Amino acid sequence: MSTPPPIASIASEIRDEFDFLDDWEARFQHIIDMGKALPPLADADFAEENKVRGCASQVWLIAEPTDDNRINFRGASDAMIVSGLVGILLRLYSGQKAEDISSFEAEQFFADIGVSEALTPQRSNGLTSMLARIRAEAAA
Amino acid sequence: MAGGVMSFDVNAIRAQFPILMREVHGKPLVYFDNAASAQKPQKVIDAMAGAMRHSYANVHRGVHTLANETTEAYEKARRTVQAFLNAAKTEEIVFTKSATAGINLVAAGIGRRLEPGDEIVLSIMEHHANIVPWHLLRERHGAVLKWAGLTDDGSLDMESLEAAIGPKTKVLALTHMSNVLGTIPDVKRAAELAHAAGAEVLIDGCQSAANMTVDVRTIDADYYVFAPHKTYGPTGIGVLYGKYDKLDALPPFEGGGEMIETVTLDNVTYNDPPHRFEAGTPPILEAIGLGAALEWLNGVDREAGHAHKMALYHRALEGLRGVNGLTVHGTSPDKGPVLTFSLEGAHPHDIAQILDRHGVAIRAGHHCAQPLMTHLGVTATARASFALYNTAEEVDSFIEALNRARTMLA
Repeated sequence: MSTPPPIASIASEIRDEFDFLDDWEARFQHIIDMGKALPPLADADFAEENKVRGCASQVWLIAEPTDDNRINFRGASDAMIVSGLVGILLRLYSGQKAEDISSFEAEQFFADIGVSEALTPQRSNGLTSMLARIRAEAAA
Repeated sequence: MAGGVMSFDVNAIRAQFPILMREVHGKPLVYFDNAASAQKPQKVIDAMAGAMRHSYANVHRGVHTLANETTEAYEKARRTVQAFLNAAKTEEIVFTKSATAGINLVAAGIGRRLEPGDEIVLSIMEHHANIVPWHLLRERHGAVLKWAGLTDDGSLDMESLEAAIGPKTKVLALTHMSNVLGTIPDVKRAAELAHAAGAEVLIDGCQSAANMTVDVRTIDADYYVFAPHKTYGPTGIGVLYGKYDKLDALPPFEGGGEMIETVTLDNVTYNDPPHRFEAGTPPILEAIGLGAALEWLNGVDREAGHAHKMALYHRALEGLRGVNGLTVHGTSPDKGPVLTFSLEGAHPHDIAQILDRHGVAIRAGHHCAQPLMTHLGVTATARASFALYNTAEEVDSFIEALNRARTMLA
């Protein structure tokens, strides 16, 4: 996999995409479309150890460290909006260096693009746990 | 009249719930998550705030005026609950921290007299609160869990219940109304069957207490729990009813102040029920709020109120009929105002999240009923549940928002 641009420039690219969308419905639609475009995982990836538990929706996350101190991530969710948000997280984090993953402020970023509820500390949404797992991989 | 039926004036009810005035994401709040927790009328807010402002101290512990006043208010709440459930004695009402705590208290006490192989009968539509405490007895005391199933419409399968009950059955623990399906099983008949086998009967009334008139003596429940925060009262308190002789036969659950008779360096003797089970400072303000909530509920024509909620349920059901790929879970002829559904191609989490943007609060998830979800073949469902303050217009907003969600997710 080729080296991605820095997280900050990917984040600003996504912010720009969302800036064009002026109401929540358009933003949600964009997220849903990203969810639909998320590359499907292989059956084997849906293994129990890759599952991030949520009450309402499930998330799966696979982390693959590379030789040059970067981490590739793949993921999926059974819910569409969460899939879209997973897609955003993967776009931001996959292929990045551990220290860049650790220092990126995802909470502020999601607030900036108008979906601050994406990372609320509630058990219904596997995304918060997914982010925690991404950060744990980076800290390992 | 707007959204009401018979003598029931929904606008007069709504006016008593300040929270219903607020907006969510710029839309009027439509609160359909009542089976999880109901909103609170001004009377409850005033009772709790009023106690804190004017008449508050610890209970059962003082001779001063405020202690006496607060103790009287706390014990008055117990009498209100007694009347609400038609219990024979005030001493049969225990205040716990939650309905879940009440079930754990009973289960832990019964567990100590179980022999390995003794059986506990449950239905597969129980909430985790009425499953996990019994699993603990399986783990700790070698109890065996036996399960009663459901018929196709989500009714309790009485034949499978009868088959599950046997000479080794020590407990039947059964919901009085499913938090997912809305099913109201014939708990009286179920209790008869269990009692005939010599078992004790615990009824989980968390949904029923909010939705129907409960008479623990007609049901002949040995234990009955309910969650006051679902009956328009506060969180932080649960009610456990137990027949006095049953409670008296249970050992203490927690140790501490208030639950003892005497304490020496070598020995302790325990207080009688209900105080034996109320170790430590109890939820005083919550009990006062609970008393106010039940008094408020007693002031509502409950039959007309129930008809109103069921009319909302049927209106929502009718509105959903046109939607392709919809499955309604739970269509028992005996059910309460709970509408749980799945929509093909739309995850419940997505539906709930989009509805939230329309100001509509519904629940998405497994509803703490994973065995039931497994039975239904789903991991999650969406649920709209109706309360006295909901209106027909709100149901229409919900259906409209649902159709929008469907379009977005298609």
